[in-house]
Amino acid sequence: MSDVTRITDQGMITLRADFTSLKGITVPETRKIRDGIAWMSPDELLVLVPKSDVSAKLAELEKALNGHYLLADVSDARAVFSLTGDWAREVLAKGAPVDLSPDAFKPGDLRRTRIGQVAAAIWMVDDRTFHIVCFTSVADYLEEWLRHASRSAAKLTYF
Amino acid sequence: MLKLTCPYCGVTGEETEFHAGGEAHLKRFGPGSGDEDFTNYLFSRKNPRGVHFERWRHQYGCGKWFHAARDTGTLEVFGTYTAQTGEPPADIVAKIKAKRPEWEGFA
Ligand SMILES: [Zn+2]
Repeated sequence: MSDVTRITDQGMITLRADFTSLKGITVPETRKIRDGIAWMSPDELLVLVPKSDVSAKLAELEKALNGHYLLADVSDARAVFSLTGDWAREVLAKGAPVDLSPDAFKPGDLRRTRIGQVAAAIWMVDDRTFHIVCFTSVADYLEEWLRHASRSAAKLTYF
Repeated sequence: MLKLTCPYCGVTGEETEFHAGGEAHLKRFGPGSGDEDFTNYLFSRKNPRGVHFERWRHQYGCGKWFHAARDTGTLEVFGTYTAQTGEPPADIVAKIKAKRPEWEGFA
């Protein structure tokens, strides 16, 4: 089966800026996550640090930024799940309109999409693990959705 | 099925991944304009069967607004392009003219 875990100590910082103005921050390629920085849009990054490090990271980023930008601690506005197992791809493919075949979606790849009709971002941590971020307001729903889709009785082996 | 490719993040998705934003390239008539121009700006929209230019937003994706040129009758998409333009790019206009010789052109 696939295991669903809610990660409660994940700190998340939204950074919106003109990427060309960023100094000392390596922006990942489009739809990638690298070194704890996730590409969310052409002018938005999600910076991932342990919750206890958010204040320090905010101060560090503040120093690296100039001009017009937005920096916000969104740790409590988002929920994060880990989905791991041999058929994690199939679990997500049931509810997200994304090509999750091994050739098309690999560790380090990220997509903003929807799962069970709610907005979410997903990325692959390793060959059998996804992390999933959604708004806190729909977190309980999405957790239930993921657990439901992960039941061994609902197993699919497509990929 | 209507499939669009977001020019900002490169993702191709079907219609429900996007949010329709109505007719593209509207010319704004604001304070100081005549009643007729203002009324048309507020309320009059093209509704062709055939070539049409629209605004779309990649709602369940990168969140960006962009433009799409498509045929409302066949759902053929001629192209999607940046939001930072007041008119369709020349290459998309040329592509439409080649495929729809009877098209009267962008006005
Ligand atoms: Zn996009």
